[in-house]
Amino acid sequence: MTAPLAIRLRGVVKRFGPITAVDGLDLDVPEGACVGLLGPNGAGKSTTMKMLTAQAIADEGELTVLGHTLPGASKQARAECGVVPQLDNLDVTLTVEQNLLVFAFLYRLGRGERRPAVERALEIAKLGDRRDTRVDKLSGGMRRRLLIARALVHRPRLVLLDEPTVGLDPQVRQELWALIDRLRSEGTSILMSTHYIEEAERLADSVTIMSHGRAVATGAPQALITEHAGREAVEVYGPPPKLAEAEAAARAAGLATRRTGTSVAVLRINGDAPEGERRPANLEDVFVLLTGEEIA
Amino acid sequence: MPHGVERRARTQLRSGRLSAERVGRLERPALLGVLMREVINFSSYWRSTTFSATVEPTIYLLAFGFGFGSLVSTVGGYDYVEFVGTGTVATAVLFSSAFAAMFGTFIKYKFQRTYDAILAAPVDTEELATAEALWIALRAGVYGCVPLLVAIVFGLDPSWGMLLVPFFGIVAGFGWACFGILASAIATSIENFNYIISAGLTPLFLVAGTFFPLTQLPEWAQTLAQLNPLYHLVQLVRHAAFGFDGWADVGHVAVLVAFALLMWRLAIWRLEKRLVD
Repeated sequence: MTAPLAIRLRGVVKRFGPITAVDGLDLDVPEGACVGLLGPNGAGKSTTMKMLTAQAIADEGELTVLGHTLPGASKQARAECGVVPQLDNLDVTLTVEQNLLVFAFLYRLGRGERRPAVERALEIAKLGDRRDTRVDKLSGGMRRRLLIARALVHRPRLVLLDEPTVGLDPQVRQELWALIDRLRSEGTSILMSTHYIEEAERLADSVTIMSHGRAVATGAPQALITEHAGREAVEVYGPPPKLAEAEAAARAAGLATRRTGTSVAVLRINGDAPEGERRPANLEDVFVLLTGEEIA
Repeated sequence: MPHGVERRARTQLRSGRLSAERVGRLERPALLGVLMREVINFSSYWRSTTFSATVEPTIYLLAFGFGFGSLVSTVGGYDYVEFVGTGTVATAVLFSSAFAAMFGTFIKYKFQRTYDAILAAPVDTEELATAEALWIALRAGVYGCVPLLVAIVFGLDPSWGMLLVPFFGIVAGFGWACFGILASAIATSIENFNYIISAGLTPLFLVAGTFFPLTQLPEWAQTLAQLNPLYHLVQLVRHAAFGFDGWADVGHVAVLVAFALLMWRLAIWRLEKRLVD
């Protein structure tokens, strides 16, 4: 009936002292799908990622990864997962090739499998001609590519990407998107946390939006947009009093609004709309609507 | 009887959980993976490590051996250079294990986040700490022999017993490496190590019978020194060079093994608290 799940979380709670970082989270990643975990800073994305590798242990709830129940069978799950951390943790004094070889050992590849696996990863990272370069001599983009390729040496069934393109310029980001898209087309299951809306919109089959440790919406990006923000939005520009006026008028008419910083976007319009610039509604509208305009 | 059934079920559950825990603990592929990371890394820094591990004890040996050796010719029945040459083996083991583990562990989990990467792979904290300590212990066993070789150059007679010195060094080095991992898992900043070094390692290093025999110390200090693993290593190395002392040496080995086991479990416990939320 439904596809088997690569990741299944039910009612997961994680507290750090008085703070509840994850507060009853449900999350599904179907096998072969790319799921985006979207949310503002502090929504609990990174804690969720850490729980999936048992580097944080949930206080409550059920976690299953590739059929293994966590945290008890976490090691078996980790053997079949590839993890791309948010913060670069490559061995900087080692060469590109040595970094990959270390992971071929850590992921228990056999004697005859290690060389071909390293070659394949070099090809994925497009770093074949840099194999003997020390990591601290690589550019930021190359290091990120290596970090991703390192997570793939053992051909994992599931890849966890924690903010894969944070802090990178657009060219490098596009390069990484191509890499992730290739992975997806090969049938690898992917869970990707991000706060770049465009990243989720482009790559994810399904998106879960997190706020304050819970999932507040789940669905395909386009379906979420239609459901929460409608088809089109109108951006009203002007001085602050005019924006406040437009906001009040739209709300009175039963329309949703959100501030963009320079304008007020009126959402879920149908028929009579205020004057302004029309544009298709997007995932960012949904994101702000659901997670709030102000940052806690 | 329902009560008995329930108890049996509970026992089964407990033993089931226990066996599930036992499966996959201290697996060889995991230990090998962490060791290989260290071996491959060693290829990038072995020169500096070997330099300091060789030069430092040599300087101690020369400074004390000739500086003091010109004032005192024999100590405890040994030629002073021979006394210090065998004693500094323990110093070399301590320096190359406790310090490497303290700073190395701290840097790897705090600054390089290496342990995040390793624990995301199929490696548990227990395997990580064990493999790291094993690697440092192996190095300490090898580097520990340097002062002995230097002393031989300066006139110490080689003996068959000396072949056991690397093994004593490995056992003690494992204990000190685990001590270092424990210290770094407790420390909140690298400055904390000042306390451990000044209040812990320096007294242990001086009151071990390395540079002067413990018989010169007041009785309470001599008793306390019995608790110092470094003292037991010094005794073992001296006896390896000049002749073993039967059960006394078995006792020294037993102390080193007990120290290593205790530190091993404590290091794993604290490191897990530090690395897993």
